[in-house]
Amino acid sequence: MSDHDYRPKSKVGQWFNDRLPLLTLANHLTDYPTPKNLNYWWTFGGILTFCLITQIVTGLTLAMHYIAHADMAFESVEHIMRDVNYGWLIRYIHANGASMFFLAVYIHIFRSLFYGSYKAPREIIWIIGIIIYLLMMAAAFMGYVLPWGQMSFWGATVITNLFSAIPLVGEGIVTWLWGGYSVDNPTLTRFFTLHYLIPFLILGLVVLHIWALHVPGNNNPVGIDIKKPSKDTVPFHPYIVIKDGFALLMFMIVFAFFVFYAPNILGHADNYIEANPMVTPAHIVPEWYLLPFYAILRSVPDKLLGVVAMLSAILILAVLPWLDTSKIRSAVFRPLYKQFYWILVADVLILGYVGAMPAEGLYLLIARVATAYYFLHFLVILPVLGFKEKTLPVPLSITEPVLGGSPNLAAARNKESKIE
Amino acid sequence: MSEKKTKRRDFLFTATTAVGAVGAAAVVWPMIDQMNPDASVKALASTEVDVSSLTPGNTLTVLWRGKPVFIRRRTQEEIDEARAVKMEDLIHPEKDEDRAKNPEWLVMLGVCTHLGCVPLNDKGDYNGWFCPCHGSHYDTSGRIRKGPAPWNMEVPKYEFVDANTIKIG
Repeated sequence: MSDHDYRPKSKVGQWFNDRLPLLTLANHLTDYPTPKNLNYWWTFGGILTFCLITQIVTGLTLAMHYIAHADMAFESVEHIMRDVNYGWLIRYIHANGASMFFLAVYIHIFRSLFYGSYKAPREIIWIIGIIIYLLMMAAAFMGYVLPWGQMSFWGATVITNLFSAIPLVGEGIVTWLWGGYSVDNPTLTRFFTLHYLIPFLILGLVVLHIWALHVPGNNNPVGIDIKKPSKDTVPFHPYIVIKDGFALLMFMIVFAFFVFYAPNILGHADNYIEANPMVTPAHIVPEWYLLPFYAILRSVPDKLLGVVAMLSAILILAVLPWLDTSKIRSAVFRPLYKQFYWILVADVLILGYVGAMPAEGLYLLIARVATAYYFLHFLVILPVLGFKEKTLPVPLSITEPVLGGSPNLAAARNKESKIE
Repeated sequence: MSEKKTKRRDFLFTATTAVGAVGAAAVVWPMIDQMNPDASVKALASTEVDVSSLTPGNTLTVLWRGKPVFIRRRTQEEIDEARAVKMEDLIHPEKDEDRAKNPEWLVMLGVCTHLGCVPLNDKGDYNGWFCPCHGSHYDTSGRIRKGPAPWNMEVPKYEFVDANTIKIG
């Protein structure tokens, strides 16, 4: 890339850059050639970075007031809400920030699914992304345990018990995770420690995610390889910075709506009851962002197989680049895939809905059908589609469909070469 | 280089790696084992419960090792119902006679063997317990009959210290 030849203008800058090339990095980031046709679905990378920073900053400040002890955690959270200056604001930002983080990450993931961003040469970016997603789920789960309410306690009990499904060593692992014979103070303190650690692991992986992205460059709505830099690209700054900034502003409006007008709508009232190991709440449900996987867990009538199905539903995403056999990236040129894509979106939403409902009767039946379809999509439809589907002709460049107004592709190409 | 010298090096590499691996494992193990139940947790191993106030058809729930324990004084119908069940109808076959040595008293961990919720008393299709989390039904002997739980509710080690006192653990 050309930016490796970068030389700072000032003497001091040159002196510094020769010793630590941070200015070269900054120059790479500002000049980074970006496809000029990126739409607003591409702004969620920036939004997610904002979410991560928000969670780290609010989490850090909450940790100054929170007490990780089974006898005091619940009260310390109420103390934050009532006594600490702006404690209510910081906690509501942190709690709703988790939901906003997942909202953004789901849009980000489904954008990749639609435009085939996971395909060669971007498999490593995708896999790092899936690891980040797994860590996000772990962090969110452990964070939800910290207020030590009824949902915290029983959520922790149910999720840690998933490990007891492992044959032979399962029970031992669960005792080890708990540090006792049930979820109790040792569990709370270690969850707090890990909840504090994970965001920084995520931060490190985000750096790798972006680094891996900057090797091939961004995918784009047309899904073709482009020359960089060329007339198909614009520099990241100011073009993408401004666009990302505007999208972030829109996102923050939604964020602020939840924080100020409906701060508890995404939570459960049961979590304002202190943890009680003697009584399980009548209806245990995880947070909304985990519901599809929860539905998959419950749709299988066998304990071990249910856990296996749930984990597979997430891990199957990691091998997606090899399950999708189509060479065409963007769904824009894949008429059949586009339809299956939207069926998958509906399928996941349905799983999320039945995950929140009691696992019986019609809900259970729907959950089973939707679970079967989820796996069918990845294991059968995607591999077969790559061979059977008749894709539409893909343009040679981003500029071509715009400048070459005529349906005659050859003419359009001609025209373009003249401009070049 | 001669063959002999290469072999000597190979030995040194292997030996160094092996000693290094043992050393690393010796350091890692305390880091892992510190998460297991500590001495103070293990010390709370047994509880004594006064059951004199319990009348037939009622259940007492006590906390033992952080987990609820159901102590059920069963009615004659419940005992009959539990003893009449055929072994082949059970998901996890266990005789009621083995689960409740003294048929009137059923003592077991009130923990669903699916994912650890506390089942509800006098509920479900088998007049025993019903777990509200994922819908497991238990009979009057606490045996799993329907739903995702793989095993019967666990009977802990317990004994009657005297006629009115049960010692759990």
